[in-house]
Amino acid sequence: MKELVVISGKGGTGKTSIVASFACLTDRAIVADCDVDAADLHLVLEPEIRERTEFSGGSRATVLDELCNGCGECQRLCRFDAVSCIPGTNGSDRFAIDPVACEGCGVCARFCPADAITFGPAVNGEWFVSDTRHGPMVHAKLGAGEENSGKLVSVVRKQAKKIAEQRGLDLVLIDGSPGIGCPVIASVAGADLALVVTEPTLSGLHDLQRVADLTRHFKVGTHVCINKWDLNEDVTHQIEKRAAEQGITLAGKVRYDRAVTEAQITKQSLVEYQRNGAAVDVRRLWDTVHEGLTR
Amino acid sequence: MKVAIASGKGGTGKTTVATNVARVAADSGHSVAYLDCDVEAPNGHIFLRPELGAATPVGTLIPKVDEAECTYCGACSEFCQYGAIASLEKVILVFPELCHGCGGCSMVCPLEAITEVLHETGQIEVGSAGSVAFVHGLLNVGQAMSPPVIKAVKRACPPVDFVILDAPPGTSCPVVESVRDCDYVVLVTEPTPFGLNDLKLAVEMVRTLGVPFGAVINRSDIGDGLTQSYCEQEGIAVLAEIPDDRRIAQAYSRGEMICDALPEYRALLDDLVRKIIRNVEEKL
Repeated sequence: MKELVVISGKGGTGKTSIVASFACLTDRAIVADCDVDAADLHLVLEPEIRERTEFSGGSRATVLDELCNGCGECQRLCRFDAVSCIPGTNGSDRFAIDPVACEGCGVCARFCPADAITFGPAVNGEWFVSDTRHGPMVHAKLGAGEENSGKLVSVVRKQAKKIAEQRGLDLVLIDGSPGIGCPVIASVAGADLALVVTEPTLSGLHDLQRVADLTRHFKVGTHVCINKWDLNEDVTHQIEKRAAEQGITLAGKVRYDRAVTEAQITKQSLVEYQRNGAAVDVRRLWDTVHEGLTR
Repeated sequence: MKVAIASGKGGTGKTTVATNVARVAADSGHSVAYLDCDVEAPNGHIFLRPELGAATPVGTLIPKVDEAECTYCGACSEFCQYGAIASLEKVILVFPELCHGCGGCSMVCPLEAITEVLHETGQIEVGSAGSVAFVHGLLNVGQAMSPPVIKAVKRACPPVDFVILDAPPGTSCPVVESVRDCDYVVLVTEPTPFGLNDLKLAVEMVRTLGVPFGAVINRSDIGDGLTQSYCEQEGIAVLAEIPDDRRIAQAYSRGEMICDALPEYRALLDDLVRKIIRNVEEKL
């Protein structure tokens, strides 16, 4: 069993559209949507949820109003600016913890002289095991403004691997998130191959370099795909050159095609929606990536 | 006045809006700073082309244990919520990439054997692009936590009357760090099913934070019109609609500002800046 992770550095380059088509082109895969704070793959694959589980990635502190003596020690100790003062009359100030800013370190609860702060597990999100028309899928929803996206990504990936083993599937197809930080590291580390989807813009080129450095750091083999390659042929050449210099395989180029948006609106993957145009490029891309995985 | 430009979905045009708003606002006489808070994949410098000073290392304060004093009592590792410090029989291990820098370990150590030292996780650079003050941060490759670098970018902001923060995509902690103490958020979206879904998530996030916001719809003439009707239903002010113009995409691909490359969009951008300022002043 292999793990293919699709990432991009820069957001909005077409990761999810490509993953949806890949899911359609193989019946030997489970899909793991690891973009847990802005998941979109479910809009195309329309999963039927079979199991749902709450996710707790850490703890959170809460001030008990009736015990708070207003000393403000919590605010002085908090490194995350999560404690605010609610001014009261006659110097009877109270303090409150902003659940969004709290990183769950527990310092305030430990050092509160009045023992007025509770500290316990927080629910940060939920993850799902589902069936789609292209096979099983594991996905998740991080609560609004929540912490611990990396931990939730790890849970999604681990569950997908487990199900792949149980059902004898060959591939875990991971839709990653933009950037190079914690959720991306959690989806890339230990994968068999990373496909970086980029676009021929100076921003795309800049962010491709960052993400290629990341995959090298984690020693994950890397392929690159230039999406909308005909938007700027000069930058496409620069990307091809950069990839060649760094030993990154150019797995394919996908032309700009309005059918990509049209397919999204009809809740289909591009290869389901059309047989010509960019869909031809995506099929060819899949063949190359698939070969890269089995080699 | 601090205004964040954010979006749930990546690639909707945050940086295009943020850089052009910064430039247009500066041209109309405001003192402006542009802060690139997308420290994982910063692109603002490609468009504003600032002159930058020397890079300053930034990061997290991590524990340094004086093992001559340490008795391996385990109080530090028991306290740490992140598994960033492990006290074994005769050795203490610190895992800097897991540490959030809360300082708890040094506070609980009964022997005061723990001091804190800076662990570099990124760099910030400060400079200027014409009359726009410019700050951006770069998370070091392989580092997981961007919020401390974002905090450093915000701390380095010079005193101006109009601060524009270019936020990273998504709705989780790096975005929260970027937008939480802003006066107003502009959510940039595109009218596609993915764009709308992620707009809804972003709206949920900014409502949780209690920050007033409006929307900019980019490539407004593609897609299915559902984004426009969603904004109407939810009472979300649409501050601007930018059409799907291949010349904009091409100018973007070359790292050019719309206000320079396509001056016919100046009026739209001026109007956007005026609406942002009016909305912020109404809420303040």
